[in-house]
Amino acid sequence: MSQSLVDDPAEAALDPARAFTAGKDREPGGRVDVRRLARFVVRRPGLLLSVVVLVLVALASFHPEAFTSQDPLKGVPSQNFRGPSGSHWFGTDELGRDVFSRVVHGAQLSLKATLIAVLVAFVVGGLVGVVAGFTGRWVDDVLMRCVDVLLSIPALFLSLALVTALGYGTVKVAVAVGIASVAAFARVARSEVLQVRQAVFVEAARASGARWYSVLARHVLPNAAGPVVVLATLDFGSSILAVSALSFLGYGAPPPALEWGTLISDGRNYLANAWWLTALPGLAIAATVLATNRIARALDGEWSRQP
Amino acid sequence: MRGYVIKRLAQAVGVLWAAYTVSFLVLDYLPGDPVTAMAGAGMDSGQVDPARLAALRHEYGFDKPVPVQYAEYLGRAVRGDFGDSVSTGRPVTATLADALPQTLQLTGAAMLFAVVLGGGLAVLATYTTLRWLRQLLLSLPPLGVSVPTFWVGLLLVETFSFRLHWFPAFGNDGLGGLVLPALTLAVPTGAQIAQVLAKSLLTALDQAYVETARAKGAGRWRVHLRHALRNASLPALTVVGLLVGQLIAGSVVVETVFSRDGLGRVTAAAVTAQDIPLVQGVVVFGALIFVTTNLVIDLVYPLLDPRIVVASGRRAALA
Repeated sequence: MSQSLVDDPAEAALDPARAFTAGKDREPGGRVDVRRLARFVVRRPGLLLSVVVLVLVALASFHPEAFTSQDPLKGVPSQNFRGPSGSHWFGTDELGRDVFSRVVHGAQLSLKATLIAVLVAFVVGGLVGVVAGFTGRWVDDVLMRCVDVLLSIPALFLSLALVTALGYGTVKVAVAVGIASVAAFARVARSEVLQVRQAVFVEAARASGARWYSVLARHVLPNAAGPVVVLATLDFGSSILAVSALSFLGYGAPPPALEWGTLISDGRNYLANAWWLTALPGLAIAATVLATNRIARALDGEWSRQP
Repeated sequence: MRGYVIKRLAQAVGVLWAAYTVSFLVLDYLPGDPVTAMAGAGMDSGQVDPARLAALRHEYGFDKPVPVQYAEYLGRAVRGDFGDSVSTGRPVTATLADALPQTLQLTGAAMLFAVVLGGGLAVLATYTTLRWLRQLLLSLPPLGVSVPTFWVGLLLVETFSFRLHWFPAFGNDGLGGLVLPALTLAVPTGAQIAQVLAKSLLTALDQAYVETARAKGAGRWRVHLRHALRNASLPALTVVGLLVGQLIAGSVVVETVFSRDGLGRVTAAAVTAQDIPLVQGVVVFGALIFVTTNLVIDLVYPLLDPRIVVASGRRAALA
């Protein structure tokens, strides 16, 4: 049970000292080399595609009207159940509404919920981990036992309990999903802080008379942040899945608000005669999650391993 | 060995107790008043009779101080009594016990699929010398963890039930009705098993003992299965333990998609009805399953890998 529950168990089970932490004894020198970044991305077409997908999804959530001129809520009843075509890319639903437009407009709430979930997990989990790792002793013991307990309750059950207590709605679902992944963040943040705390440059800062808070803020946190950021990217993907699962179960925003999970559960009633109502919105979710997971993999290891 | 068993047992009990406490805090004390939620459960009207509220409050003991309530609830929970479901009035334990067999069938079948498909994929991907096949196989697990389960389930229903009429689309009927839900549930689990196993197989194949086995003239297949897989399966076993809780929780989504009766449906209904005792029962039960499987795996582990007990014994001797 003492395994980390980072989303990619392969990393957690086999390689606790990630590639990311390899060169910890020298403080990295800030600036990003743009040419190196460009070369890195161009050599990986899959990664490039992932970045494009994410940018498109982000744009869709801010300016849905840039992608489609059709109204997501008003349909043409005479044109219902049309399959995918040139004028309706994702077909139309039972009321003749354009499904592509509904997916594009649904990006906003789904992405908002995901961002809130990741933020909650990052802030709360990161805080718990940093406090545990930096303080040590009994504080560390108490906090980490709490984290163990959170890990022992299956994430979806924990989210459902929180939804029961908090009620329905996009933000509440997001918070519930975020709390359920606090434990993973706490573990990674703690182990990073523990490692960095023992680095030579931290000892040097201490020895030259720096206060604990300036050691924490200027030396420990910036160097412990890497793996936590990678985890946040991974968590973004799994949060999209968790949020859409909860909204599929009907705990998200009430209609007419558009969410990806709700779109699929609506389309479920017409599975036998209109496959596009479930298949194509699901494709949007899958593509977004695949893209974030690919980017997380690039951040974790590939970047630091390249020549 | 005995010390190891006792220590692990004590840890398991401690985690269960704490999980109960977490669910108690979250469900009974997070925002506002559980009694109002309970009294309002199943009704559309916002107004609740104050007398009924007071009666409920007394019945559930919410008029007592929190520590007293907690102690009473915990005392009952230890004896397996999680109170009565608010929406049906049946005892929570009985409701869960009735729903459990269906879900155990589902998760058992899903775990079987996951281990066979995920394990098979990992073995094949590391065994094959064809570059394209390896690349293809290794690209499947990341795909498997990125697709929403409910979507996979709906696509399977769409294809195999409505188009090909191979399997029933919903219900609990027989083995045929089990195939699609179990397969759906197995996708993310199998993908994670495949990822871990493929990685540890590659590590194992680099080891000196594999070289030795090859030098002694063992065939490739034999080296792969008898020598490498045996050692590589230990990390995968740990992951299997971690994934069991995820499988049980995944039944909520899969049973909803396939309209199957079981623990997941009960859970979804309980959340919808804000049936707090029932949800609490489910959460604690989930933790119980997780803790038990990991306990069993931790106890089996030393039999597979004797170094573990040796290491913990040495640490105990030093302390």
